[in-house]
Amino acid sequence: MARTAVSRRLNWRIGTVREVRQETPTIRTLVFDIPDWPGHAAGQHIDVRLTAPDGYQAQRSYSIGSAWTDGGTVELTVQKLDDGEVSPYLVDVVEPGDQIELRGPVGGWFVWRPAQTDPVLLIGGGSGVVPLMAMIRQRSLAKTMQPFRLIYSVRTPEDICYADELRRRVRDDGGLDVRYVYTRKTPQGWPDPPKRIDVATLNTYGWPPDFAADTFVCGPTSFVETAADILVALGHDPRRIRTERFGGK
Amino acid sequence: MNVLDGNALAGDLAEIFAVDVTAARFVCAGCGHADAVATLQLFGHAPASVGRCPECTDVVIRLVRADDRVFLDMRGTVRLELPMSGS
Amino acid sequence: MGIISRGFGGRRRESVPGLPPGQYLTYDFPVLSAGPTPRIPLDRWRFTLTTETGAQKSWNWQEFTSLKTEDISTDIHCVTKWSKLGTSWRGVSLDTLFEDVETAADYTMVHSFGGYTTNVPLEDLLDGKAWIAFKFDGEDLDPEHGGPARMLIPHLYFWKSAKWVNGLQMMHDDEPGFWEAAGYHMYGDPWREQRYQGD
Repeated sequence: MARTAVSRRLNWRIGTVREVRQETPTIRTLVFDIPDWPGHAAGQHIDVRLTAPDGYQAQRSYSIGSAWTDGGTVELTVQKLDDGEVSPYLVDVVEPGDQIELRGPVGGWFVWRPAQTDPVLLIGGGSGVVPLMAMIRQRSLAKTMQPFRLIYSVRTPEDICYADELRRRVRDDGGLDVRYVYTRKTPQGWPDPPKRIDVATLNTYGWPPDFAADTFVCGPTSFVETAADILVALGHDPRRIRTERFGGK
Repeated sequence: MNVLDGNALAGDLAEIFAVDVTAARFVCAGCGHADAVATLQLFGHAPASVGRCPECTDVVIRLVRADDRVFLDMRGTVRLELPMSGS
Repeated sequence: MGIISRGFGGRRRESVPGLPPGQYLTYDFPVLSAGPTPRIPLDRWRFTLTTETGAQKSWNWQEFTSLKTEDISTDIHCVTKWSKLGTSWRGVSLDTLFEDVETAADYTMVHSFGGYTTNVPLEDLLDGKAWIAFKFDGEDLDPEHGGPARMLIPHLYFWKSAKWVNGLQMMHDDEPGFWEAAGYHMYGDPWREQRYQGD
């Protein structure tokens, strides 16, 4: 028994970048081949460790954006923080063929599994959409039919990550819908002025509390706290709200 | 200084424990608040992290990663409740 | 050490001779924090020195900043491997605060607003080795960096230079503070690379 515990301890492994995709001017997806990857659940993350030639190391945690299929790749979608140390490297420097030390998958709390049958409310701010996208992709892959709704707050239309794929999935994945909230600039003809997520947004576009939805909120700290407080004030069961806070403003 | 949360401790804790501790419920020694370790307010990152109670900000977990050792101070939680599969 | 990440430099830093072992030179002022930044109005600020017998000496902000100040130029060394050279501070020497204080205890616990603590032997605070600083680079000390006032004990790793300092308790025995209880070294001499317990 004790041996099991020891053998399950997590170690660093090496992933090779197969492909990079620019999602927005500041967000990039890195597609990794990781030998013997055990698979992951939607919402889990990966720790990335970088080592400079003089031995200096920096470590950060990033959400996995992809759903897992056997033998597949693992995608990290990373937002560049201007004063960051690791994200500018991942967004601006890394090229296909580069090798990166990774540890994961980790995290078992901010996780959605297709066996969960309740409706799902996803609330993402900025790059907080990444683990939520993994859940949307996982649902599609598992061909399950839980009602899924994403409320996605972005600064401008150009900052929408996965824009084309979300448009396609809303069309093709039955039971998924997406509502955008623009905080700085809206598309032409948008009914609302730019605004931050507020009571009206969540009251109008969220599920009603008696739907007892599994709710996932991810984004910058202030965004997550605002959204979670509003949900509780609207009568949502706090035990059904799972939150993950990202760095950044 | 950005606050992250206990989700970001998952990797360092997974190096130590066979189960995912971020999904465990802590009970704050200061105020009795109970919730998932993932909900702790997190300050700092490797090599030294502090997880604080989101309710009273008392320190619940301190994790210090040295080159060849890890120190985990959990005196701020009076109990950890871990979800286990099966019985 | 892991594989080298092609093209990764990390924050601007240099490995220069003359630094304590394992340290890099930085030009930034990295902020490391174990909790939220307390905002302390100056009219609520107070620093209290408590001896092992319970005798107390206390200064409010006006009294404290009326004491004799010194300008200090010094290198600082953070346990997370940053060193910063030639930083300039203004503060009150601990020698000044300890004038007329009767104590037979050899150790102190430094206390801060927000609950942070760190232990320092008394002899490391005296004879021009430690200050309570309230200016950095000629400006009021920013709350992020410990303002209104922080300890400055440059010959030890910088976690000993407690931010938001508000008191000092004399102790007969050495007891661990916030980070020392979690594995950091009890003394923390950068030149002997005393980062963690047992180093």
